[in-house]
Order: sequence, then structure tokens, then C-alpha cells
Amino acid sequence: MNRITVIALNTFRETLRDKILYNLVFFGLLLIGSSILLSTLTIGEQVKIIEDIGLASINLFGVIIAIFVGIGLVSKEIEKRTIFTIIAKPVPRYLFLLGKYSGLALTLLVNVGIMAAGFFLTILVSKAGLHLALLKAIGLIFMELLVITAVAVMFSTFTTPTLSATFTLAIYVIGHLTDDLKVLGAKMGESLTKTILDGLYYLLPNLDYFNVKGQAVHGLPIEPSYLVSAATYGIAYSTMLLILACLIFQRRDFK
Amino acid sequence: MKPLRVEGLTKEFRLGLGRQRVMALDRLDLEVEPGEIFGFLGHNGAGKTTTIKLLLGLLFPTAGRAWILERPIEEVAVKQHVGFLPESPYFYEYLTAEEFLTFYGQLFGLGGQSLVKKIDELLAMVSLADARHLPLRKFSKGMLQRIGLAQALINDPQVVILDEPMSGLDPIGRRDVRDIILHLKDEGKTIFFSTHILPDVEMICDRVGILVKGQLRAVGAVHELVGTTAVTSVEILVERLAEVGIRKAEELGGKVVRRGDQVLIKLDDEHKVDQVLDLIRRHAGRLVSLVPHKRSLEDLFLKETAEVGRT
Repeated sequence: MNRITVIALNTFRETLRDKILYNLVFFGLLLIGSSILLSTLTIGEQVKIIEDIGLASINLFGVIIAIFVGIGLVSKEIEKRTIFTIIAKPVPRYLFLLGKYSGLALTLLVNVGIMAAGFFLTILVSKAGLHLALLKAIGLIFMELLVITAVAVMFSTFTTPTLSATFTLAIYVIGHLTDDLKVLGAKMGESLTKTILDGLYYLLPNLDYFNVKGQAVHGLPIEPSYLVSAATYGIAYSTMLLILACLIFQRRDFK
Repeated sequence: MKPLRVEGLTKEFRLGLGRQRVMALDRLDLEVEPGEIFGFLGHNGAGKTTTIKLLLGLLFPTAGRAWILERPIEEVAVKQHVGFLPESPYFYEYLTAEEFLTFYGQLFGLGGQSLVKKIDELLAMVSLADARHLPLRKFSKGMLQRIGLAQALINDPQVVILDEPMSGLDPIGRRDVRDIILHLKDEGKTIFFSTHILPDVEMICDRVGILVKGQLRAVGAVHELVGTTAVTSVEILVERLAEVGIRKAEELGGKVVRRGDQVLIKLDDEHKVDQVLDLIRRHAGRLVSLVPHKRSLEDLFLKETAEVGRT
């Protein structure tokens, strides 16, 4: 087994033995299931409510897991000094980081998978039809989680767990509002503010790119070309973040 | 081939907002010979852990260089032959002892039956065979230290670096760790360990280095540093010694302390020991104990530290 796999599997095992994860997945499933109850409050739109709540739950709990478990994974290793013995082994630092990231990605995949299964079960129970668009939406949710995890890992290479969580959460929120930055910049005319806003627009991840929940629920078409471009964007952005994280991590002193 | 060689190794930390400079390690020069146990001695904050972290690539030096097995420490591959136990180790507490050692073995590219066999051996060596399926969360401090030693040895290293391996352990735990270190020496490994517990150093080290405030103040064999005329005083404890005997002992220059029917005689001159023993025999006393006090590393250590304190 190569070293990335060894670290990734150990990371995966660590998250599996973490009780917080089970709590989050449990509440995610509870929320998805409760959509059946909520849907009875409406007339005619039951299916949409179930789908809406289901996708939103998968997204929300995925993000929470990505941020809180993700940050724990690297900064906790530094804070608890478990990293000392790893760095003292013939493992280059970047391999450690990539292993951690892969392990967390695996955890997220399994969790999103479990929540998606719960979601589909809920739909079947409520006798609504399954359709491919839902799967596409979930696929892009996973892509978004990969980007957020990369942000979390990047921050946790140089700050404390609390600050990393705060920063990542901030990036997540702003990441969904970057289109507004662009619009705001356009209204500014040619000025320094516009340059800064434009700069931020290109620098920050455009997380709304991964949001096709609305289209999926309302039966609007999601083109394969859109999926491909969103996925490419997500992978490229995560790769850049991980390269940056590795560069920072490579130079860091572990006091 | 020198297992460990250090030239002018320096580490300066910048602390706080004022970026105040702190010299943690100041131009350390050191060589460790093959197969020896080298004790790295110093107070807390003297720079021992900093040195070890520099050697293992956890910190980057401000200046200077170091080689392990004649290869520069920057080469990650050299760590294939190094074992390391950090100070008060923190490990993945969700793993069982067996999973823990498997994980570290795999980081060295080990696997299969040979790794399973190695783990059996190591668990037996550190007396944790019964705890192999127990998660580390449930380990006592002594057990953690022992499993830490086991992970440091999983790759059968030529050079073993231990940071404070005996700190926080009870006397039995300390003895266990000491026995393991001696066993490693028998296997031909080179051991470099830091400590502030002097008796351990005196007992097992071939050579020691004394570090005071980031500077190496003395290096040498324990007996060289302590000197040959080492006995500074002798304490003799006697039971039921007749009053005449006690007076004669005082005449010989001994300081006498009475404790019930026991008498403690302290001599500053070890050559008078025989005369006092004669007295005891003649006056029907019974010898309880005879303890020579040597000029210990502790004295040397305190002297070195005090000098720096004054300057």
C-alpha cells in the first residue's frame, strides 16, 4: 500500500470512530425523513417539498461535516502533537496532507452516500418518482464539499482549529454570494473598489456554481456540459488550494 | 560511519507581536559514535527538544547542518533508518495497540507476515502483548510510553532518538524503559536520548552532553566528567554502638548524628573508613549501611547551570 492510502485509510478510520459524525448523519437522516411530515402541510407540492428538504439536508450536513471534521483532522494533529511521529517517519509532508484530504473525501463520499440512500428511501416511501436530476444535484453537492474541505485543510495548515473553522465558514457563506460581488463591482464603474471586488470574485470559490438543487426539484434541464464544467472548476480550484496548503505546510515549524 | 553528526546547529525563534528573538539552540556541534548510548542532559527549556525536532525535520534550523548516518537530515529517506519517540507522546487514541503499530509499519512500507511478526515481537518486548486489542485511549501513561517505544522500533532502526523517555514514569516504568534501551544497545543500535533525570544517565549512558540555555557546555564519558577521585563523603549507619566508640569516631573527624539506638557517622575523608569500621567491630556495633557519596553528574550539572546563571 502506498503511503497516501495508508494515511487516507487511517483518517477514514478516525472519522468512523468519531461519535460526532454519527450524530450529524443521524440528524441529517432525521431531517430528510421528517420532510414527509412537513410535506403534508402543503397541497399539491408534496414531492417538491420532500426533494427540497432532502437535498438541502444533504448539503447542510455535508458542509458541517466537511468543516468541523475536516479542520479537526489537520489542526488537531498539530495541536495534539500526533503529527510529530508521522513527520519523523519517511513520509514527505505533502503526502501527509494529501492523505488526510483523501481520507476525508472518502468519509464525505460515504456520508453523502448514506444520506442520499435515506433521501431516495424517503421519496420511495412517499410514492414520488426518482429522477436522474436529483443524482446530478447530489453529485455537485459532493463536488462543493470537496472544495470546502480543501479550504478547511488549507486554513488548518497555519491557524488554530477555531480560526480555521471561522474562516472556512466565512468562505462558504461568501462563496455563495460571489455573483453579487460581480454585480456590485459592475455598478461601481471603473474604480479601485471595482478592481478589488472583481479580484475577490475571481479569487474566492464560486460555490453557487455547484448549486443545481432548484433546477433538479423543479424539473428544469441540467445539461451534461454544465456538469462537466462545474466538476472541472471544482477539481481545479481544490487542486490549487491543496498546492497552496502543501507549500505552506512544507515550510512550517512544529514547535 | 557516524550515526549522528551536528555542525553549528542553531535555532532562533521569533515570539509574539514584537517578534522578540529567542535563541533556543546556539551553534551546537556534536558527534555520536556507532553503538553508543548518548545522554543529552539539560533543564527544561535548555534546547533538548529543539535539537531533536531539528534532527527529525519538525523544525527548520536557522543555521548549521546535521547528518544522520552521514546523510543530510533534509533527505526524507534517511528517516527509514531512524526511530523516534516524542516527549510525552500523544497518539491516535482511537486505535488499538495492534492497529497503531500496523499503521506506523505501513508508513515504512512494511506489510504482510513480516510486519505481523515484528508487531508480535515488539509487543512482547514492551510487555503489552495482553493489551494488543485495547484502544490507546485506555492506556496508562507508562503503557503509552512503552507503546511509543514500540512504534519507534517498528522499522528496526539503526539510530533511535528518544525525547525524555523516562519522564513521568514511576520507578518500575523507568526501569522497564532503561532495560529496553540497554537491550537496543546490545542489538548494536545507537541511542540518543534527552533527559533531566540524572541517575538514569549515570546508569546507562556511554557518553553525555550537557546543554545549558541552548549551549553545549560539556561532552564526555560519564566517568570523565565526574572525575576519578569522585567520592566526596561517606555515610556510615551503625546500630548499638557503645558510647566510647561514638566518641572515638568523633575524634577521627566524623560528624555524628544519633537516632535512637542508631548512629549516623559522616566522614569527609574516605581513607578513614577502615578505621571507623574497626571501631564498630571493637565496640560491638552492627553496621547497617555504608553509602559513599560521589560527585555526581548532578553536581556537575548544577555547577554548569549556576555559572550561566551568574553571567
